[in-house]
Amino acid sequence: MRYETVIGLEVHVELATKSKIFCSCSAHSFGAEPNDHVCPACCGMPGMLPVVNRRVVDYGMKAGLMLNCHINRTTTFDKKSYYYPDLPAAYQTTQWFAPVAVNGLVEIETSKGKKNVRIKQIHMEEDAGKLVHDIREDTTHVDFNRTSVPLIEIVSQPDLSSAEEVEAYLERLKMLLRYAKVAECEMAHGTMRCDVNLSVRPEGSDKLGVRTEMKNMNSVEAIKRAIEYETARHIDALENGTEVLVQETRRWDDIKGKSFAMRTKETAGDYRYFPDPNVMPVVIDDEWFESISATLPEFPEVKKARYTEELGLGEYDADQLTKSIALCECFETAYEACGSAKDAANWMISEVMSILNARKMTYDMLDINGRALGELIVLVSSGKVGRANGKKILAAMFDDNTILPEKYAEANGFIVSNDTGLIEKTVKAAIEADPKAVSDYKSGKEKAIMSIFGKCMKELRGNCDPQVLRKILIDTINNM
Amino acid sequence: MKIYTSKVDTDSARVVVADDMFLTKDMPTAAGSKMLDGYMSLFDAEVLTRLSDKGYVLGGKADVGEFAFDLIGETSYNGAVISDGKLTTASAEILKAGEAMATLNMDVNGSTRRAAAQNGLVSIKPTYGTVSRYGTVPVACSGETVSVTSTTADSCREILDAIAGHDDKDGTSLPTASCEKVKSAPAIRRVAILTSMTKGADADVLAKLDSVKAALTANGVEVCEIDNEVIPTARVAWNILMSAELCNNVSRYDGVKYGYRAQSFSNIDELYTNSRTEAFGELLKSTILFGSETLSTDNYMKVYDKALRIRRVIVEAFAKIFESFDAILMPACSALAYTEADIKENKYLVFEENFYTAPASITGLPAVVFGGAQMVGRSFSEMALLDLAKTCEKEGK
Repeated sequence: MRYETVIGLEVHVELATKSKIFCSCSAHSFGAEPNDHVCPACCGMPGMLPVVNRRVVDYGMKAGLMLNCHINRTTTFDKKSYYYPDLPAAYQTTQWFAPVAVNGLVEIETSKGKKNVRIKQIHMEEDAGKLVHDIREDTTHVDFNRTSVPLIEIVSQPDLSSAEEVEAYLERLKMLLRYAKVAECEMAHGTMRCDVNLSVRPEGSDKLGVRTEMKNMNSVEAIKRAIEYETARHIDALENGTEVLVQETRRWDDIKGKSFAMRTKETAGDYRYFPDPNVMPVVIDDEWFESISATLPEFPEVKKARYTEELGLGEYDADQLTKSIALCECFETAYEACGSAKDAANWMISEVMSILNARKMTYDMLDINGRALGELIVLVSSGKVGRANGKKILAAMFDDNTILPEKYAEANGFIVSNDTGLIEKTVKAAIEADPKAVSDYKSGKEKAIMSIFGKCMKELRGNCDPQVLRKILIDTINNM
Repeated sequence: MKIYTSKVDTDSARVVVADDMFLTKDMPTAAGSKMLDGYMSLFDAEVLTRLSDKGYVLGGKADVGEFAFDLIGETSYNGAVISDGKLTTASAEILKAGEAMATLNMDVNGSTRRAAAQNGLVSIKPTYGTVSRYGTVPVACSGETVSVTSTTADSCREILDAIAGHDDKDGTSLPTASCEKVKSAPAIRRVAILTSMTKGADADVLAKLDSVKAALTANGVEVCEIDNEVIPTARVAWNILMSAELCNNVSRYDGVKYGYRAQSFSNIDELYTNSRTEAFGELLKSTILFGSETLSTDNYMKVYDKALRIRRVIVEAFAKIFESFDAILMPACSALAYTEADIKENKYLVFEENFYTAPASITGLPAVVFGGAQMVGRSFSEMALLDLAKTCEKEGK
């Protein structure tokens, strides 16, 4: 019998707000000492009251709109009770009854073509802390830096049917949320986490099989392996009766390459959800809603189409540029400043992206001033600055995004000189120093003067129009 | 028994004593529970900061029943306060002894109103959201309010005025424009006595109600008897909501991070269990169990959600009455004294006695206790209620 896998995902994404969801502690603890970014509120101490960070709602709404969701104009927070040492108040504030966004749609593309994945809901919630186990001391420490860091949980309908589709879906979520600048979505950093709900049924059946939920996958590769393992386990159980499938939560062990039962439905805790009386319903009025929808970015496809159709870029260039919103924005500003989409795209792809790659930076980390890039492009294309010096200026702009290219070029002697006297003098000296190249050239080896040309360029520190130099050089030799 | 959990020596005439439900940086806050014995907060309650900014002196902290939701303070881990054979509250004793111009209380479940009614004090429970709860030990957050008790309506008004107003640190705090409405609330001209809410009250309580009625009439306030079948259901719904919220709020006390920790345990589950077993009192434990049950997946819709819907029906019932009346007169308790024997006989007496206090708790409406009776008014009518209490005080003299 042939089987099909039915997969739904619960994806947790850390929102990139500056502060936590209900207090003003910093939400970014990378490199911080444990329990550095905590206060009585995020430590669950009595007497502190949650005050909703409006920016979290902004981001939640944006995420919902990027995923084509309906936004609940009145969205509420609820308490979810469970005991775990990393949850200091013994409840998590989340959204159970009226999540910020519902009924969305995400289009994915795989080798089998395009497909829509329905989004059941997106809810906002606070993260828990972290337990740090010290094996040598046989102790466990708790770090509350992460408690109350804002998350959204994106719950899909069971519309996915393979590891490939799951990967495409996750990549798509990542791209859309990064476009909207609401999240980093980096599994390796824990800013994107994914639980997989999976069941298997005979192909064509409309009845769902027994569903298991898998947790603890730390990379897309691990998710794919876990899906393949779990699918095989389910099919084996159905075909060969190796075991009886039960609805349960399983933990993926990536080293062993196996999933292990954590808890069954019967032994699962009852979360005793109820509306949080300390958080008033958040009412999103028209003004608020419009202010968010007005700041939504173009979708990647729309941008790509615009780049090829309106700006006349090639398919490849448009593809490269739309890989990240940071690239798009830098390109668009540079284009605006320099007036040539082709030049701007050219610089972005052959220079900017190669510096990013060389510096092992992600595209989203691009932080140069697009307007300055546009000015630099004009300086080079007008011949005011040589291309090699232009690249040096760009590299400097990566180190300091306040650099103004023209000022920087002047200060560093990168302005192309029109002083033909100086060029002629340099050429003469170079010719005298290398009579062999001259005679080689005269005997027909045209390439022989390239070494003199290079030496002159170097002597002039690149500040010379190559065409002008070439002409003076050839004229001088011919006149000898 | 214990009256003060902390006491400050002062010559000031502007002394206010706060129940031990208000967190203080410089004094421990135990909320009447062994679980928080010696707990030092990292911050002060907003209302205490406001009082101190206005030159009032915190004269100390008054002991309270465990998390202040009991009948009349009897569940404090320091024991009940008994005066002349009567159960009473520490803050009522402090006021009667003239040691403070007013006390700040947490009106979680009516004990402060019962104590005021039984001790001839004036107590004002303001409109929910007009006084910040920042820095108060949370118990039943959807209905509990800071309240002010004193021997006179004037002192209540003065202190309430000093602490009320919007606070950014409390997400349920109403905007300034709403808080300001208390200043323009119309005077109370028509008062209804709800006959269904006088049920169970003894002759002494009914006599108090009658004298308040007489004082009102003498001051030109029209008093009518009406009936309403919905408002008496507040007790059952409130007991569900309060217990559920209490259960959730006290879950944070686990013996790990602060507060009481059991001496003997062999793993973390035992640490939790033993700490709670040893530090929580009986009434609290029963309420936790009940509250937990109301929220279970099986019960949520049948019990908790129904209680929420009843809350809305009760709010509407009050609104309907307030179309014709400015306030509603009712008892605050069934008797003018509770004895130790009463709670020995029925340790859950509070869940019956709060029949009288639950309507204002569940709706967030303001209520004033004076002359041994309780008057519930429209939202933002607290100052008008106190004005009336003051007029009746004069009448009584």
